[in-house]
Amino acid sequence: MTKLHENKNMQLFLGLLMGIVFGFLLHKGGVSKYDIILAQLRLTDFTVLKIMLSAVIVTMLGISYLYPKGMVKIQVKPGSIKNSIIGGLIFGVGFATLGYCPGTIAAAVGNGYLDGLIGGMIGIIIGSGIYAAFYSDWKKKRLITEDKYSSLSMFDSMKGNPFRYTLPFSAILVIFMIILEIAEL
Amino acid sequence: MRIFTMVQWSPYIVGILIGALNLVAMLLSDKVLGASTSYAKASGMVRNFFDKEYVKKNEFYLQNAINIDWGFMLVVGIIIGAFISAALSNDFSLVLVPNMWANEISNSFFVRFIIAVFGGIVLGIGSRWAGGCTSGHGISGTSQLSVLSWVASIFFFIGGIATAFLIYGF
Repeated sequence: MTKLHENKNMQLFLGLLMGIVFGFLLHKGGVSKYDIILAQLRLTDFTVLKIMLSAVIVTMLGISYLYPKGMVKIQVKPGSIKNSIIGGLIFGVGFATLGYCPGTIAAAVGNGYLDGLIGGMIGIIIGSGIYAAFYSDWKKKRLITEDKYSSLSMFDSMKGNPFRYTLPFSAILVIFMIILEIAEL
Repeated sequence: MRIFTMVQWSPYIVGILIGALNLVAMLLSDKVLGASTSYAKASGMVRNFFDKEYVKKNEFYLQNAINIDWGFMLVVGIIIGAFISAALSNDFSLVLVPNMWANEISNSFFVRFIIAVFGGIVLGIGSRWAGGCTSGHGISGTSQLSVLSWVASIFFFIGGIATAFLIYGF
C-alpha cells in the first residue's frame, strides 16, 4: 500500500477517478442543485443532512474496523474550537448566500449551473486568496489559533475496541435521521 | 441500466456510497474526501502567475504547497462525474439563475452573479478559517471523530440556516 501511496502519477489518476465517482454521487443525491441546498438551509427538505449523516456512519464504522488493524491513517485538521466557531459561522453565511459549498459547486458546474462556474468558483478562489493574504497578520493577532483539540481524533483517546463507542453513536445518528423522516411527513 | 439514468437516488444510498468511497480513498490514497483546499491552491497558482515573490514569502502558501495533487484532481473529477450523471439522466442544462432565487428574489443574472461572487468570497474565507468545508469537516473530519470538525460542521449549519432565513424571510 505504501508503494501505491507514493506513486505520484497513479495518485493523481486515483484522485480524478474518485472525484468522478464523488461527482456522480453528488449529482445523484441532488446536491448539485441550488434549490435542494437552500431547501435544506430553509429546513424544508433534509436531503443534504441525510446524505452527510449516512456517509459519516459508514466511514466512522469502517475506520473503527480498519484503524486498529493499522490499515488506515487518521488525518484530522489542526485548529481550535475558536477557529471552528468563527470560521464555521463565516462559512455558513457564504454557504447560504452562494447556495453551494466547495464540493457541491463543482458538481453544480457539471450539472450546468453557470452562476456556480463564473460566479461562485471565482469567489471561492478570491476568498481563499484573501485569507492567505491576511493569514500571518490574523495569526499574530490571535484571531486564528490552535488549542488542545488541534489535529486530535477521539479514535486516539479511546480505550479498547472503537466499536464500543462508534456503534452506540451510530445508533444515535440513525435515530436522529428517523426523527427527521417523521418530521418531514 | 435504468439505475444510471434515474435523476435522483435515495439520499441514504448516496450517503452510504460516499461513506464507502471515503474508506477507499483512505485505503488506496491515504487521503480523505475534501474540496476546499484545492481552491486555496488555485488562489496560490493565480497569485504566482502575477507575483512569484509574494507567493514565495507568504506564510500560508509556504505551509500549504501550491501544486496539483490528489485533492485538486478530485475536484476536477467531481465536475466530470456530475456531468456524466446529469447527461445520462437527461438532467444537464445550462442554468444562469437557479429556480428558487429567480422565483423569490430576482431573475436578473447580473444580480445573481454579484451575489454568487460575494457568497463565494465569504465561503472561501470561512472554509480556510475553519480549516475545511462540508466534505472535509462535515463528512471526513466528523467520521474520524475530530471535535473541531463536529463544532465546525454544526456552525456551518447555524450560520447557513440563519442566513437562508435572512435572505428568504421566515
